[in-house]
Amino acid sequence: MTQSSRDMSRRRLLLGGAALGGGALLTACTSNEAKPNDAQIKPAEGGASAGNAAPGTKVVIGFSAPAADHGWIAAITNNAKAQAGAYSDVELKTVEAGADAAAQRAALSTLIGQKPNVIVLLPHDGKELNAFGLESMAAGIPVVNLDRAFPDARAYRTQIKGDNYGMGVAAATYIIAQMKAKGVSSPIIGEIPGIDSLELTQERSKGFADTLGAAGFKVQRRVPAEFTVDTGQRAASQLLQAVPRMDALWNHDDDQGIGVLAAANQAGRTEFLMIGGAGSKKAMEDIQSDKTPLKATVTYSPSMASSAISLARLIGQGKGMADLVELQVPKEIVLASETITKENAGTYLKLGF
Amino acid sequence: MTLSDGTGTAAGLPAQSPPVEPAQTGAAKSPRIGWGGENSENTIRNLVLVGVLVVLIAIGAFTQPQLYSDSTWVWNNILSILQLASVIGVVTVGMTFVIIGGGIDLSVGAIVALAGVWATTVATQSYGAGGMIFTAIVVAVAVGLINGVLISYGKLVPFIATLAMLVAARGLAAEISDKQTQISDSAFINGIAAGKLLGIPLLVYILAVVATIGWVLLNRTTFGRRTIAVGGNVEAARLAGINVKRHTMLLYGLSGLCCGIAAIMLTSQGTSAQAAMANLYELDAIAAAIIGGTLLSGGRGTIVGSMLGVIIFATITNLFAINGLSTEAQNMVKGGIIIAAVLVQQFRFKAVTRFLHRNKT
Repeated sequence: MTQSSRDMSRRRLLLGGAALGGGALLTACTSNEAKPNDAQIKPAEGGASAGNAAPGTKVVIGFSAPAADHGWIAAITNNAKAQAGAYSDVELKTVEAGADAAAQRAALSTLIGQKPNVIVLLPHDGKELNAFGLESMAAGIPVVNLDRAFPDARAYRTQIKGDNYGMGVAAATYIIAQMKAKGVSSPIIGEIPGIDSLELTQERSKGFADTLGAAGFKVQRRVPAEFTVDTGQRAASQLLQAVPRMDALWNHDDDQGIGVLAAANQAGRTEFLMIGGAGSKKAMEDIQSDKTPLKATVTYSPSMASSAISLARLIGQGKGMADLVELQVPKEIVLASETITKENAGTYLKLGF
Repeated sequence: MTLSDGTGTAAGLPAQSPPVEPAQTGAAKSPRIGWGGENSENTIRNLVLVGVLVVLIAIGAFTQPQLYSDSTWVWNNILSILQLASVIGVVTVGMTFVIIGGGIDLSVGAIVALAGVWATTVATQSYGAGGMIFTAIVVAVAVGLINGVLISYGKLVPFIATLAMLVAARGLAAEISDKQTQISDSAFINGIAAGKLLGIPLLVYILAVVATIGWVLLNRTTFGRRTIAVGGNVEAARLAGINVKRHTMLLYGLSGLCCGIAAIMLTSQGTSAQAAMANLYELDAIAAAIIGGTLLSGGRGTIVGSMLGVIIFATITNLFAINGLSTEAQNMVKGGIIIAAVLVQQFRFKAVTRFLHRNKT
């Protein structure tokens, strides 16, 4: 007994020492400076909207987006804040939307209480928050829907969103061109979508399948991931196992693409060409350096959040878009999904998130 | 001395102790703990799991004959399954200890994410691979011990304490990473998942080492015997002189340690870490332990069974991927297997107890 208690105290001393050392290292380790991306916002002076840049009536913009769990959503919130900061006449009131639509509804009701002039909203789910849009519009607060459409046209003043179907089309178009150039007549094509139950995923996959189908190609194997790196790695490792030889792969999201590329590297597979989605900085750098199977990515840029803030400001001030004839902001803007390759990656790099 | 202490307690437990086959009791041998030793029920259970595994592989071979006719592919596929099982397997070793000890750890996924994120901050990475590994382990063990202290000394219910930790640790991970994916620049760390020794991925070796240590710890040391005793009957364990509180705390620390190792493995696999990684690992680990025969109320379980559970789940994932079937169908099958496993456990338990009762009268 005494023997064991002496052992114990020695062990405690060791543990204590290790804990102290660990604490010292850890406190040095948490600093992780955030780096705002200036290129994704529009400076208040110059540019196409020069006519609208001059400070006008003060606009209070309420902003709500889901709590970020991956790079794209994080970039959305950061861009919105940065763009608002670039205008001297905009005050941004942000509420985090929490984990689901119900939490976001609760957060939005506190936002209404702060009496914003315009609300910019990236809903958890457009259908579930449609009622809020209607309510807010009825109360005279215009709503700018960011990326996830409300089914009811009366629920928003303007919506700005990416083109999910178009992403699939762009990715397929690139693959078709590459396969024709290489003379591959019946290529084996893989697909790694994000969360499969989401509508946006289904639209992307539909655009991809439709376009491939028109060229007589089809998706051989499809293994969904969940927009995160580790799920991307897992899905890719299994997809590669299922198809011993592959010609092309479309991965819907560049964040999960980090895992997909890691899995390809771990499996020693380089025979296929890979297309990404969204347009992260890392993906663009990889495309530029041309050392991985990643040869292109199709954009779904979070810069739309910056544009949404600009639109909200114009709505608040009752102005239209300077380059257009109309006196008011349009009802709907859909961003085109652009294809970034080695040739133009340099131009797009500043938009990478 | 302490050794026989542990065995004595385990064997002396009345109703909660694992039922002993009548044949063995008759032989009047002191029951040994271990797979195939303690009772043949564990062996039978593990053989059933091996059978399930064989069936799954047979289904694979049947549905994809042209893939399975290539022996190189088959070998690679086995390695791929083991690699798929490696990270969750390491987490499950820790989880098995916690559950056998009568607890539950819902925070394992969050701990993996926190440790991974903390180990890949710009500042930590400047200390090199050694600093990253050290950070991941220390963070994970510390969080595990906090769980342990809250549960054993703070008298919180394990479910609540670790649920709170799940939320808090993921929150902290999101805060530290600023919700961004943090790329690991360490060639050493990234090389772990890509590396092979004698044609077998390093991650598989790591799982093998962790599982072996876990097996020895559970079956051949006082610590293991105490774990079974504490999980089987806390009061009896306490009366037998086991420091139950300290032991419980250490179990959560051990689970944290496994999470730290898993965090490094997962960071290596994805060459990065993010706050959302290792999502729902707690469910996978608990499910694997349960179909492996670990009793959710504590006091019984084997490392071999848990590892078979993990490999079965990985094989199902693999099977569905090579056949191009949806994740939804896969989840339904996994759910079905968990329910079947628990039903089989209950059935066997009742049957044995009934048999013992009849013999008594």
